[in-house]
Amino acid sequence: MTLDLQLLNMCAALLLLLSFAMLAQRRIVILVNLLAVQGAVLFAATLLLAWRTGEHHLYVSAALTLALKVIFLPWLLHRLIRRLEVYWDTETLLNITGTMLVGLLIVVFAFGLAQPISALANTATRSSIGIAVAVVLLSFLTMITRRKAMSQVVGFLSMENGLFFGAMSATYGMPMIVEFGVALDVLVAVLVLGVFFFQIREQFDSLDLHHLEALDERRSAGPPASRGAPPSSGRPPSEGHS
Amino acid sequence: MEFLLLLASPLAGALALGVFGARRWAPELNAAASLATFIAACALTARVVSEGNILAAHEQFFIDPLNVFLVTLTAFVGLTTALFSRPYMRVEAQRGRLSPGRLRLYHSMYQLFMATMLVALTTNNMGLLWVAMEAATLSTVLLVTLYRTAASLEAGWKYFILCGVGIAQALFGTILLYFAAEKVLGAEGVSALLWTHLNGVKGQLEPAVLSLAFVFLLVGYGTKVGLAPLHNWLPDAHAEGPTPISAVLSGLLLNVALYAILRCKVLAEGSLHSHLPSRMLMGFGLLSVVLGTFFLWRQRDVKRLFAYSSIEHMGIITFAFGMGGPVATFAALLHMTVHSLTKSAIFFAAGHAAQKCGSQLIEDIRGLITLSPTVGWGLMLGSLAILGMPPFGVFASEFLILTSAMRDQPWATPILLVSLGIAFAAIFRRVQPMVFGETTAHRLPHAPALLPVFAHLGLVLMLGLYIPPYLADWYRAAARLLGGP
Repeated sequence: MTLDLQLLNMCAALLLLLSFAMLAQRRIVILVNLLAVQGAVLFAATLLLAWRTGEHHLYVSAALTLALKVIFLPWLLHRLIRRLEVYWDTETLLNITGTMLVGLLIVVFAFGLAQPISALANTATRSSIGIAVAVVLLSFLTMITRRKAMSQVVGFLSMENGLFFGAMSATYGMPMIVEFGVALDVLVAVLVLGVFFFQIREQFDSLDLHHLEALDERRSAGPPASRGAPPSSGRPPSEGHS
Repeated sequence: MEFLLLLASPLAGALALGVFGARRWAPELNAAASLATFIAACALTARVVSEGNILAAHEQFFIDPLNVFLVTLTAFVGLTTALFSRPYMRVEAQRGRLSPGRLRLYHSMYQLFMATMLVALTTNNMGLLWVAMEAATLSTVLLVTLYRTAASLEAGWKYFILCGVGIAQALFGTILLYFAAEKVLGAEGVSALLWTHLNGVKGQLEPAVLSLAFVFLLVGYGTKVGLAPLHNWLPDAHAEGPTPISAVLSGLLLNVALYAILRCKVLAEGSLHSHLPSRMLMGFGLLSVVLGTFFLWRQRDVKRLFAYSSIEHMGIITFAFGMGGPVATFAALLHMTVHSLTKSAIFFAAGHAAQKCGSQLIEDIRGLITLSPTVGWGLMLGSLAILGMPPFGVFASEFLILTSAMRDQPWATPILLVSLGIAFAAIFRRVQPMVFGETTAHRLPHAPALLPVFAHLGLVLMLGLYIPPYLADWYRAAARLLGGP
């Protein structure tokens, strides 16, 4: 096994490790840093692969990863954290040990899922497809076990990293036009979220999502008085119509 | 040329409205941009009628019988919704629910949303299709939260996260699709994601990968269709956003997402030669019908009520596509068309009614017919149409779906019939007192836009009695394309 391939495999292992670190991490600032490191590992892997295969479009996507996932998005998220003053994700829905155990099972499942794909792939990196699937599923687990909007977003972005890594290991990346489109969408998504966070905060004075559990079916099924409790919700009862 | 105009007019509209969206004439500009889009769509349709399928821009965009009527439908409903939103948004602004900045956001994003849906419908590239679907979500998230109420923020967050996770699954499916295609078509250029090329070699695509890809694509895009276990975002987003947005979400976005699934189904079935994709569509469809129907009973909010009805109808359509065969597929395509027209008409009428009564709650909306017979009748006729009363088009399509279900999948017929019956009772008992009886309605400062409501209902009535030959030809050609194994 050549050195560059060994390095690539190490990157894959690091990505998996970082996903577990994210799963266990409660401090949001560190969570964002982990995301940035994950982006950096992804950047290194893309660069290595580009050098190994000589595919030019991989250099472009490596540059895109560096600009977007290592520099811009973490910077933006850090800025949001400071402006919104959210530092801790206080409680999770499941304790850390439990989450980790579920995470282990997920990795086994992911390798099982990726088995037929790896068997068919003819890329040098086909053994990492299982890791990519595991990263996607672990990020999903991060999203569903967290309460704070910010942690969910980090989970979402990490999931996107996993998908990107999967595309890279299985097919040496998607066509350029698609990669640009995906990067644009991710960028816009985070910008939209930034706006969104300020709206949530303005309304609730917190980014804790359990404030957002009021809607549900209760509004439709409960007694009328329980609906539209905040004065701003629902339509004003009746105004001066002519 | 027509293509360029079709995609450029909403984009230009979005830019212009991003600057001038708060001016007094902004609603007219919005309608004008939608009109330009509609004219371009008509020109494109005329070209397809005379010349057949079109490929454009290095095969990145194409028109075939499966998307041509959806493009026209999208442009048409986009135009009528823009007309409806003129008085509607003016009233909202006058009541102080919207600042000029938000009005600008609304107008600009409305056009952007139209553009993303048209790109999703006309693109030949499965990757671009994904990008456009995600962009459609992003352009509407801030519209759902336009009123900044607690409930609307929750709805927006749910919408963003659920559809974001869903669409990530679809991205994984797209990657797998590319993975399978690259082996056959080669990685050179981008032809490996072009649907027309994929369709040509679908028999050689690796079945194991394609079945996995289809599962991910179905779950991913299915989230946006509002298929049953993944439908949670839909009623909230419909109820909390401004009514024009509910109308286009329900009438157009769900269709576009279903269209994406259909494209994937053709490829998956061609590769698998099995009933797996059809069975999955039938399963998800039937579950949506049943769940959508049962949630109808508990609704107190008029927009939520019709949002659940959308889930039910998308379930019926998905089930029909799953059954396959020329008749069921024809009926499903017809149902897509009439559901979109009827549901947006209902949202128009319900929006005006809610404004007149100052509440979206069903119990606060009473006796519309006394003060404004036209809105009342619009809501009544729309509800009867969506419930499948003859002679409206929904009756024709549901009748065809039920008869083919009796022939091909007899076990499902009682479930469908009971659901339709329950839906009828649930909706009718809510709508009847809203329209008749003592009134709670007030006059509005701007006359409601009734042309869109009755134009839609007129078209639905026409489709129930007579389907234009070229439309029927498209449906048949699309049904052949979707054929099934």
